[in-house]
Amino acid sequence: MKRIVLLGAAALVAGAIAAPSKPAQAQLVLYCSVLNEWCTLAVQEFERKTAIKVTMTAKGSGETITQIRAEASNPRADIWWGGTGDPHLAAAEAELSIPYRSPMLDQLHPWAVKQWEQSGQKTVGIYAGALGFTYNTELLAKKKLNEPKCWADLVKPEFRDEVQISNPSSSGTAYTALATLIQLWGEDKAFDYLKQLHRNVNQYTRSGPAPVRNAARGETTVGVIFLHDAVAEAAAGFPLKAVPPCEGTGYEIGSMSIIKGARNLDNAKKWYDWALSAEAQNLAKNAKSFQVPSNKSATAPPEAPKLDDIKLIDYDFKKYGTSTERKRVVDRWEKDVGSLPK
Amino acid sequence: MAAAHVSAAALLPLRLPADDKRIADILIWSGIAGLFWLIFEGFSIDHRGWTADWLSALFGAPGPKQAGMGYGAFLTALAFLMLLTHGLAARGFCRGDAFTVSSIGLVVALIVTFVFFPIWEILVSAFKDNDGNFAPAAFTSKFFDKSIWGLDCVYSSLRCGVAWNTLFLAILVGVGTTVLGLAFALIAARTAFRFKGLLRVLTVLPIITPPFVIGLAVILLFGRSGAVSAVLYEWFDIPRSRWIYGLPGVFLAQMLAFTPIAFLVMIGVVQGISPSLEEASQTLRAKRWTTFSTITLPLMRPGLANGFLLGFIESMADFGNPLVLGGNFEVLSTKIFFAVVGAAHDQGRAAVLAIILLAFTLGAFYAQHRWLGNKSYTTVTGKGDSGLPLPLPRRVAILCYGAAIPWAILTIVIYVTILIGGFVKAMGRDYTPTFEHYLTGFAIERAAWGIHFSGSAWDSFWTTIQVSAIAAPLTAIIGLLTAYLLSRQRFAGQRTFEFGTMLSFAIPGTVVGVSYILAYNVPPIEITGTGLILIICFVFRNMPVGVRSGIATMSQIDKSLDEASLTLGARSFTTVRKVILPLLRPAIIAALVYSFVRAMTAVSAIIFLVSAEYNMATAYIVGRVEAGEFGLAIAYSSVLIVVMLTAILMIQILVGERKLGRRTATAPGDVAMQAAG
Repeated sequence: MKRIVLLGAAALVAGAIAAPSKPAQAQLVLYCSVLNEWCTLAVQEFERKTAIKVTMTAKGSGETITQIRAEASNPRADIWWGGTGDPHLAAAEAELSIPYRSPMLDQLHPWAVKQWEQSGQKTVGIYAGALGFTYNTELLAKKKLNEPKCWADLVKPEFRDEVQISNPSSSGTAYTALATLIQLWGEDKAFDYLKQLHRNVNQYTRSGPAPVRNAARGETTVGVIFLHDAVAEAAAGFPLKAVPPCEGTGYEIGSMSIIKGARNLDNAKKWYDWALSAEAQNLAKNAKSFQVPSNKSATAPPEAPKLDDIKLIDYDFKKYGTSTERKRVVDRWEKDVGSLPK
Repeated sequence: MAAAHVSAAALLPLRLPADDKRIADILIWSGIAGLFWLIFEGFSIDHRGWTADWLSALFGAPGPKQAGMGYGAFLTALAFLMLLTHGLAARGFCRGDAFTVSSIGLVVALIVTFVFFPIWEILVSAFKDNDGNFAPAAFTSKFFDKSIWGLDCVYSSLRCGVAWNTLFLAILVGVGTTVLGLAFALIAARTAFRFKGLLRVLTVLPIITPPFVIGLAVILLFGRSGAVSAVLYEWFDIPRSRWIYGLPGVFLAQMLAFTPIAFLVMIGVVQGISPSLEEASQTLRAKRWTTFSTITLPLMRPGLANGFLLGFIESMADFGNPLVLGGNFEVLSTKIFFAVVGAAHDQGRAAVLAIILLAFTLGAFYAQHRWLGNKSYTTVTGKGDSGLPLPLPRRVAILCYGAAIPWAILTIVIYVTILIGGFVKAMGRDYTPTFEHYLTGFAIERAAWGIHFSGSAWDSFWTTIQVSAIAAPLTAIIGLLTAYLLSRQRFAGQRTFEFGTMLSFAIPGTVVGVSYILAYNVPPIEITGTGLILIICFVFRNMPVGVRSGIATMSQIDKSLDEASLTLGARSFTTVRKVILPLLRPAIIAALVYSFVRAMTAVSAIIFLVSAEYNMATAYIVGRVEAGEFGLAIAYSSVLIVVMLTAILMIQILVGERKLGRRTATAPGDVAMQAAG
C-alpha cells in the first residue's frame, strides 16, 4: 500500500514536467486606435485584397500603449495602426516598436515622413489633424456672444465658465495645446495665457475628445479640440462649428508602428505598405473620419478641415514628443495653473 | 495520460487508514515536494529559456523553452494539493475532516494564484521607476504628494486631495445606500405595500445596468441642457448650471447604482430575523417601537455592517460614474486609470494610489469587524420558530416610504430616459423615432446558408453571455464554500484567510486589469487573450460578494443545526449539502445574480483583458461612448438589461425560495388583529 502511494507520488513529480499546448496562430494581429468603424472597414478591405486573416482589437491610443507596455516581454500584437502621434513616439522611445523603411514613403506628405525620420524610422504618419476649438452655435446665439476666432478670444470675460479643455496630465490633446501655445508665444507668455484661461474653464475633462461631445450636447459653449472631431459631430447633425485659431495652431500626426517582437512580421509589413496607399486612406471618409490623409494622392473628404487654409505652426515633434519635456511641461501646468483657485 | 494518473493518485488517500501517521507524513511531504517542483519549474523556464542568470550559468544559455501551463499541469497541481491536504487531515487538522482541509487548501491555493500573485506583481512596480529599476525614494515622494493628501478645501477655495475626496464620497455612499437598502428591505418584508413586485424590479434594475448608462441618463436629465434643467428654467426661472458635475452627480449616480446591492444584503437579513424574539418582546408588553429599536434593529447589525462595507467599497472601486460625472472632482479610481492610461503614463504612481485605496478599504473592513464584535446574531434555529414577522412601527414605516418612494420615482424616470434613448436619433437633441441604433448593433439577416447575425454587437454579445454564464456558478460555489469555512470552521490563520478573500474586491478594477496582464502574459500561467482570463478575473473579483452574503446569512443559522447533523453521523460535505445549502438560498441567489450581473457590467478590470477574439459588451459600449455614439451605447445597454432580467428570473426559479417553516398571514385581517392585540 505504502509503496503504491510512493510510486504514485513519484509518478506525479515526474509527470509535472508536462509539455503544454501551443496557442493558435493568427495571421496578423492589429491594434487599432482610430474610430471602430474605420478599423472594421480597413480590416475588411485588407482581408479582401490580401487574403490575410486579421485579428483586430480597437482601443484608444492610451489603453493600447498600456497594453503594449504590459505585453512587452511577450508581445501579442504585430502592428499598431492609428491614434495620436505622441504615444507612438513614446513607444519608439521605449524600444517597443521597430524601424521599417516602406517603399511607399515617397508618396507621403513631408510631415508624415518627418515623423518617421524623427522617431528613428519607427513610426510613420498616416493622417494629420489640426488643433483648434469648436463652439455650439445655438448656445452662442442664445447668449448673444461674438464668434470666437482667436486663442485670445477665449480668455475674454464673457466666456467665463464657458470653455472646456482636457487635462494635460491625462490627455494628449491638451498636451498638444500646451506645446502649441509655448511654440507660438514662448513658455512664460503661454503660461500667463493659460492662467487667464483657467478662469473661463468650467471643466478640465479627462479625455481629449470629451469637450466636443459636451459642446455638441450644450453642456459647454466652447471646447478646445482637434478640428476633425468637431467636424464629425457637426456632420452627425449637431450645431457645432470648428474654428482654426487666427494666431496659428499645432497639429497631431496619427501614426502607425510595427511592434517589436511581432510574430507575423511579413504580414505586418504588408499592412504597413497597404495602409500608406491612397486606396486605403480613401476609406476614412466612408467611416465618418475627417482627418487629412498622409498619402499625397489620397483625397480628403470635402468636410475635412483643409490644412492649407489653417495657419499651422512648425510643430517640433522631436522636442515635445520626448517624455522628459512632456513631464516638465505638464508638471509646470499642474503647479502653476491646475492648482489655482477659480 | 497525466489526467489518468492524477485522478488515480487523488483517489488513493481516501482508502488509507486515517490513523497511520507515517503515511500521513508521506502524503504531506510528497504533496509539498510536488507543488514546490511545479512552481520552481514553472518560474525558472519561460518562453525564452532560463529566467535566472544563475540557471543559465549552470546549464548554459538559453536553455529549454516552454509555453504556459495547460490543463494537465492544473490537474497535477490539484492532485498534489489533495495529497497534501489529505495528509494534513490524517494528522488531525480540523478534527481530521478531509473535506474541510481540502476546501481550505483549494481556496487558499486559488486565492494565492489569482489574487495575491497579480497584486504582488503590481505592488512591486510601486517601488520601481518607469524603467523597472528599484527606486524607494520615488515611492515616498509619490506617496506624500500634495495632490493626494492636501486639505486645502477646508480653509481655502483650492481643491482637496484625491484621497479625501474618495473617502468622503465613499462614506456618504456607504451610509446612504445602507439606509435606503434597509428602507426597501423593510417595505418588502414587513409591510403590506401593494406594489412590492414593482419595488423589487426597481431595486434590481440599477444593478443590471451597464456602467456609464446611469451617468449618461443623469446628464440627459440634470445636465445643463438636460430635460429637468430645461423645465426648471422655463417654469421657475432657475438658471441652467453645471451643478451635477462633481460630487453631487457622482453621489446621485452611485446611490442609484449601489442601493440595490445593499438591498440584496439587507433583504436576506430582514427575512431571516426570527419573529419569536419579537413576539417575546411583545408578550413582555414592549411597544412596537421599543421592540423594533431594541430587538429588530440590533439583530440586523451584520446586515447593516455588510451593507455599508459593500457600498463603501463599491463607491471606491467605481469607475464609470466618476468618469462621466466627476467634472473637476477627482477620485482615486479614475486617477489610477489615467495614471496608467493617460498621457503621463506613470505605473508607479498608479500602484501608489492603489495602495492608498487598498488601505481605506481594509480600514473599513477592520472597523466593521470591531463593530460587530462577538455578539450572537443567530435567529434561525432548529427550535420551534414559527411566528409572524411584526409589522413596522408607524413612524418607521413612514420614514421608509418617505425615503423609498421618491427614490423609486427617480429610478423610473432614469430608466424611461434610457429606454427612449435607444429609440430616438440623438437623445437631448433630435427626438425622431428610429430603430437605427438597434439595427446597427443587432441586425439579423437571412443569408443563403441560414441566419446571419450581421449586427456589429453580436460577437461581443455572445462572448459576454458565455463568459458570464460560466463565471456565475463558479463564483457562487467558491464564494459560499469560503463563507462556510469562515463562519463554521475554526482554523489557524482564519483572519488572514478572510482578508485574502476580501482583497480582490478592494482593489480597483483598473489595477486588477493591469496586474493580470503583468502576471499572466508570460509563462507559467499564460492566459492573456483567452476567454479564460476573463472568467478567472470575474470569479475572483466577485467572489467576495458571495462570501459576504454567505457569512451574513450563515451567522443567522444556529450552529446546533450542523452539530445535530454531525452527531447523526453525517460528514461535513453531507451537512453542507443537506442542511446548510437549502437554508442559504437567499445567499446563493445573491451570489449567482451578483456575479452574473457584474460579469456583464464590469468595465474597468476587463478593458485591458479583452481581445479581438473575446470582446465584452461593456468594452464595446465604452468604445461607442468614446466615439460619441450614445444612441448605440444606450440601445446595447437596454438589450443587456433585458437579458439580465431574464437571467435573474431564471436563477430565482431554479434556486427557489428558502422555506423557514413560518406561518404566513392567511388574510390581511389576521395581521390587523394581531397588531391590534
